[in-house]
Amino acid sequence: MLQAEIAVLRFGLGARPGELTAAAGDPRGWLSTQVKGAVPRAGNVPLSPSDQIFTEVMAARDERQEIKREAAGRSAADPSGAAAAVAAFNPVRDAYLPHYRAQVLARAQSAALTTRPFAERLVHFWTNHFAVSSDKGAVFGIAGTLENEAIRPHVNGRFVDLLTAVEQHPAMIAFLDNQYSVGKESDLAQTAARREARRLSNGRMDDPDKPRRQFGINENLAREILELHTLGVNGGYTQRDVTAFAQIITGWSIGGGKGRLAGGVPGRFYFRGNLHEPGAKTFFGKTYYEQGQRQGEAVLADLCRNPATARFVATKLVRHFIADDPPPAAVERVAKAFVKSGGDLPHVYAALIEAPEAWDPEMKKFKTPEDFVFSTLRALNVSPFQPDEVTRTFDLLGQRQYTPGSPAGWPDTSRSWDGSDALMHRILWASRVGARFEQGTDPVDVAASSLGGYVRPETVTALRRASSSKQALALLLMSPEFQRR
Amino acid sequence: MHPFHLATTRRRFLMASGALAASAALPNVLFARTGGSARLVVVILRGALDGLAAVPPYADPDYAALHRELAISAPGIPDGALLLDDTFGLHPSLAFLHERYRAGELVVFQAVASPYRDRSHFDGQNVLENGLTKPIGTADGWLNRALASLPPATGEAGERAVAISQNVPLILRGDAPVISKSPQATPDVDEELLARLADLYSGDDWFSARLSEAVQTDKLADDGGRATAMSMQTSGALKPATPERVSGVARMAATLMRSAGGPEVAVIEAGGWDTHANQGGAKGALAQRLAGLDKALRALADELGPLWAQTAVLVVTEFGRTAAMNGTRGTDHGTGGCAFLAGGAVRGGRVIAEWPGLSRTALLDNRDLRPTLDLRSVFKAVLDEHLHVDARTLATRIFPDSSGARPLQGLMRA
Repeated sequence: MLQAEIAVLRFGLGARPGELTAAAGDPRGWLSTQVKGAVPRAGNVPLSPSDQIFTEVMAARDERQEIKREAAGRSAADPSGAAAAVAAFNPVRDAYLPHYRAQVLARAQSAALTTRPFAERLVHFWTNHFAVSSDKGAVFGIAGTLENEAIRPHVNGRFVDLLTAVEQHPAMIAFLDNQYSVGKESDLAQTAARREARRLSNGRMDDPDKPRRQFGINENLAREILELHTLGVNGGYTQRDVTAFAQIITGWSIGGGKGRLAGGVPGRFYFRGNLHEPGAKTFFGKTYYEQGQRQGEAVLADLCRNPATARFVATKLVRHFIADDPPPAAVERVAKAFVKSGGDLPHVYAALIEAPEAWDPEMKKFKTPEDFVFSTLRALNVSPFQPDEVTRTFDLLGQRQYTPGSPAGWPDTSRSWDGSDALMHRILWASRVGARFEQGTDPVDVAASSLGGYVRPETVTALRRASSSKQALALLLMSPEFQRR
Repeated sequence: MHPFHLATTRRRFLMASGALAASAALPNVLFARTGGSARLVVVILRGALDGLAAVPPYADPDYAALHRELAISAPGIPDGALLLDDTFGLHPSLAFLHERYRAGELVVFQAVASPYRDRSHFDGQNVLENGLTKPIGTADGWLNRALASLPPATGEAGERAVAISQNVPLILRGDAPVISKSPQATPDVDEELLARLADLYSGDDWFSARLSEAVQTDKLADDGGRATAMSMQTSGALKPATPERVSGVARMAATLMRSAGGPEVAVIEAGGWDTHANQGGAKGALAQRLAGLDKALRALADELGPLWAQTAVLVVTEFGRTAAMNGTRGTDHGTGGCAFLAGGAVRGGRVIAEWPGLSRTALLDNRDLRPTLDLRSVFKAVLDEHLHVDARTLATRIFPDSSGARPLQGLMRA
């Protein structure tokens, strides 16, 4: 009972017309055929790759420097006017903006149109697991490229390949500040130290107050890889491991730049050997003798083999697909499959589908705004074509796309989304959707094709009694059964 | 053919349609209130504010060498700190807080921390909000447990507390009814639709409780002045999180608290404090954030008007940051940090800090400011002296395993 509905609503992104029927013959098969190979976007929004966007933005940054210099020259004559001109002009943001808008539109189109909604939901799951946030200016217009370039190709591959692709993606490196993390014994730091020593021995104290550039590591990426991407916060690592790992991945950077940061293809991952802390390092009880970039990759591979990673990933998958409080038996089953298969993700997903808890008819997940919007688009069989309608929708509903605000991603429990004010915003949006799509739509038919056996009789009665079809559509979208999955 | 008649306000309409009957099964939702005059606003700074920049220990002999170009100079020097005492100052962006300090309405805490000693934002925020010594173990927050412990009182309808966001953060989750309200207005929701939804939700406690809260909150915002709420509506898309946004959130809190039957407690959240790179000093990224916070607190006070005299505003963050600047002109996750308690009800004009110093031996794990005061000692004092929460309940249900964190005395004006 309700097997097709569970497959399509809970594991997929909500039913398009006909989808419940298509899944009815073999709901598990309908799911498992989706998780093979790469998962390209559906829809037709043209997107630029991250390296190209980066190159544009670097040019914009140079332009800003130029304008600042000019303004500084003019400021003597017209101090307030020049400063205001600089403040108002943000070419970096302007260069990023069209890319951000295109990525958000592309994401919504793909969710609305895909014929592999389970695979698409997994793409979303991993994007949130490996969260970058566009509210950081440096990644505003490349946040969405992580999903399309690092996650879509590997979502049905091995976890280690997914992880490596993500940690070497420029959006992740820029978001967690690794591009300028420098080992104290690196060539760059040592050269600077020798120069400084020469300067002092020559007795040149031209500007004693000038702060010397201090080279050192930045722990941000290393810590979040351990805490949020692999082992989990209770994975047993210490501050010493965080520091060691940060040293291991010094040099993981982005190509392009000037002076001592020249080199590499602009906007692509680039290992900067001159920033890298040389030598063997001990992390998590093991000494790594690999050289350069391979040292960090060896650590990532070991992290994927750690049972703590299997457990952490399994817990998050079960929480996302089954219930806010993950049933331990299901977590156990998925974690075991992770370990046994060496992190081969289709095996992991198969274990999730096989878990009896996954097929409990009770809908335990309250939809996030994303779930709500995407399932609405699918129920109505429509796809957005203007970036503004998508961005306004998600601003209204409190889940601006690619902007979770923190590297932990969006919260994945009902309690984080079920505020009374949030409900009022959903009602407002549902009423607008109702007004826009009432023409040619029979709300009772939409209820049947989008919810199947989950439609309650009292909801059908309410739809029939509604004073208009726009009101009926809004009632359907706000019904408890449409708000859950 | 629909069985409803139109009414002038959503509230009256829902009364007619039976939504209030549904929520009457949960009397606290609509009819409980202390009637007390104290107001409390908790501001959570997510991302870990650098306490050594916000409250610079300018006289510490190791401070400038460790914090380097991120350090704030001594008072009196251009771009120097605002003077607090002979050890500490305030970041120059915190002009309003400094005014309050001089008016005797601000207590500054330095070298303070929750019981959490690791360096994860997310676990750190959980401990800050759940009131336990560890990040997991309860799904509710200490502020909610404190409100739930207060005796119900009669009065105008309305919950005791509001979260100024679409959803309720952990600190306010729990048995005591709370509402959420974002500055983004929902002006044109059709009242008939709301009434029909109330009907549709009548078999689902969870949805019907949420809906009556939502309608009630809208009513409060109406009373407090819809014009204010409208003016704060975030228009269009893609606006960055500017300081103006935090000010809007603060003004919303004040508007609701000022309205008849409005909440006594509000929680505000502000992000963007995780300054791993290019943090800046007297000017720069963090300085701008602090200026935004300062402006928001000023807006809160202005909007509260006469209520400010009975208000306490507690500003907290999950932990501090490293004493030394890192390799990317920022700071990494640390331990000891700062906190603020401001308001007309506060016995202020003081810095409370048992300063451990920043020498190599004084630092925790060779890197962080060592905390010498437990944040729960501050929380307990505020709940005890300001909201009159029972002392035994504080020591047991609200902050379990907190016998080591005795409440501070005399934080509030009598």
